[in-house]
Amino acid sequence: MSELSPLFEVFLRGRRGLDHIHVGSLHAHDAGQALEYARDTYIRRSEGVSIWVVESKDIHASQESDVASFYDPMDDKAYRHATHYTLPDGVDNM
Amino acid sequence: MAEANDLVQAFDNKIHAEEKIEPKDWMPAGYRKNLIRQMSQHAHSEVIGMQPEGNWLTRAPTLERKSVLLAKIQDEAGHGLYLYSATETLGITREEIVQALHDGHAKYASIFNYPSLTWADIGTIGWIVDGAAIVNQVALQRTSYGPYARAMVRICKEESFHQRQGYESVAVLARGSAQQKAMAQDALNRWWWPALMMFGPHDADSAHSAQSMLWKIKRKSNDELRQSFVDQTVPQAEIIGLEIPDPDLKWNEQRQHYDFGEIDWDEFKQVINGNGLCNRERLAQHKQAHANGAWVRAAVAAYVKGKTGESGE
Ligand SMILES: [Fe+2]
Ligand SMILES: [Fe+2]
Repeated sequence: MSELSPLFEVFLRGRRGLDHIHVGSLHAHDAGQALEYARDTYIRRSEGVSIWVVESKDIHASQESDVASFYDPMDDKAYRHATHYTLPDGVDNM
Repeated sequence: MAEANDLVQAFDNKIHAEEKIEPKDWMPAGYRKNLIRQMSQHAHSEVIGMQPEGNWLTRAPTLERKSVLLAKIQDEAGHGLYLYSATETLGITREEIVQALHDGHAKYASIFNYPSLTWADIGTIGWIVDGAAIVNQVALQRTSYGPYARAMVRICKEESFHQRQGYESVAVLARGSAQQKAMAQDALNRWWWPALMMFGPHDADSAHSAQSMLWKIKRKSNDELRQSFVDQTVPQAEIIGLEIPDPDLKWNEQRQHYDFGEIDWDEFKQVINGNGLCNRERLAQHKQAHANGAWVRAAVAAYVKGKTGESGE
């Protein structure tokens, strides 16, 4: 039986107003301990004002092999991009 | 078979296009194995490297030096953790990684098998040993495996503190009493050559180098990295009035690099193969610390189990 504790993914918010960003992972026995370890491991120099920890097994990820079904529709919808539309001379910064 | 070829092709294309390989991507078995070897060795180096520095923690000359050293050592523990968890994304467990170290299958930087004899060694380690590590790690920020590259970016941010505090500490000794200056020079004399060895064998003799370069795990060759280290460190020594212990060291106007003497490769091999001054001590201390922590791990596991058991029933 492994004495190894579950794996958690760690996300940090660098400053108020920014997104949480994934910074790495660590082992801990529960979420509370994971938060403490994350503080000691990832914010020794005020790199974050907020930490999220999520058990790695709870993260569901798309596979790169599924890329076609996820992203294919975008390729034929160029009209979703602002650059699709040409502006008359004299109009810029729209 | 066509499918397998497609996978290899997709992998090669990513490497060629400077895209990162991520944990869930298909990768050749050799790439994975090579990375596990290099990354776990790197992680072990961060962790074992705490020992020669920890040796002086209780004897630091001032409270400030002690606080700085403690912070630096804590960073190194963090570096070990970043790298262990990045290595685990390759499908190996922390237990297996640590076991490989204890069994002697996994190596760590052989420089940490040298003893830290005086206080001057501590500054010198920060300046020279972390300095050499930085040269290597800056290049590795561009390594092809995503989790390794990102760990390197994080580590490099913290390393310049390590080198600067070491250099400053050596500089203070070098402009102190004759005795203090002699102590700083003696430390440099002992650490210089092992630091050059940190970059590994010459390119022509390096077992894993060629393939690692092709896979972009390594971005610069051992000899290139060693040359950059020498070029940047020689002027730093001159500025604080210390002498690099190498009679063959001289500026080569044509190459625009320093020429330097040959490393004692016999010593290098001896230390790598376990016969350095501190190999046994370093490993024994790691095993001991790991064993000493067993009751803590067991207690935490029991506590958490008890807690979830209560709420579950
Ligand atoms: Fe480090
Ligand atoms: Fe360091």
